[in-house]
Amino acid sequence: MTTPQEAAKYFATALPHCAALNMEMEEVGVSSATMSMPYDKKLIGDPATGVIHGGAISALMDSCGGASVFLHPDNGAASVTLDLRIDYMRPAIPEKRIYAQATCYHVTRSVAFVRVIAWDTSKDRLIATATGAFSFQHKAAKSS
Amino acid sequence: MNARTSNTAQDIKERRDAALNRLVDAIPYTSFLGVSFDRRGDELTATMAYSDQLIGNPTVPAIHGGAMAAFMETVAIIELAWIDLFKQIEADKLSGDEIAQMPFPTLPKVIDLTVDYLSVGRSRDTYARARINRAGRRYASVHVETWQDNRSKLVAQATGHFLMPEKTDTSPPKGG
Repeated sequence: MTTPQEAAKYFATALPHCAALNMEMEEVGVSSATMSMPYDKKLIGDPATGVIHGGAISALMDSCGGASVFLHPDNGAASVTLDLRIDYMRPAIPEKRIYAQATCYHVTRSVAFVRVIAWDTSKDRLIATATGAFSFQHKAAKSS
Repeated sequence: MNARTSNTAQDIKERRDAALNRLVDAIPYTSFLGVSFDRRGDELTATMAYSDQLIGNPTVPAIHGGAMAAFMETVAIIELAWIDLFKQIEADKLSGDEIAQMPFPTLPKVIDLTVDYLSVGRSRDTYARARINRAGRRYASVHVETWQDNRSKLVAQATGHFLMPEKTDTSPPKGG
């Protein structure tokens, strides 16, 4: 049987919008995931500076958050985003690959809570952070 | 004021459409998402045309939450920039040609965005309208609602805060 860790590796390519943004799964862990997305001119949000649109970063952070929920050991079903708050620290540097790392730090019977950070050249230089709540279904609850 | 500009109903429509197109066409990400705008006076309604690349979960199928967030952020930024641009072109009664030669406006920068996902985004066109709740000199707060089949059944809503570009004040100095 495929483990969630193995399945999560295909997350970026199996989800059409992730594939359209050329996302890649960098690292899968327990309740955590790291994903990345290359710079692309078609994603420019501000033509004056060439800076990528915040929306593309939101999509990366949302995907990565979803992946971390999927990677929670008790996860029993596909989850959807209930809410997501994204804070933008600084613009991403044009031409640089963007990384996001998500942790699913708490789950209840029906909700998973997630934190995400995003950076470009260095993890010390955050471009955005996000917190979100996702729907969650316990493995045990599903079978009962 | 420019003497050669006239102000027929046709001129007004052309001016407004030219300004809106100038703004929207210059941002590559809007076309990547398939976003276009309908205009009634200064009111905008955005459409994110359905395409398979917007899908997040192919088994439902549902539009990716990230695409929905991106759509709402785009709509908020365009709304803020458009309202500013609208005032400017109306005050100066600019022609389509003059608008084409204007420097591209500095866009507001997103500070934060909070998205509520209220129902599944199905595989069809999605619509959005933005409402500016606060438009200060430095900060603006914008609320966006998206729907598909029924205007009253929202797919998602978002509130975002934006840093407004520094205004180059061209008006004569006030007394004092």
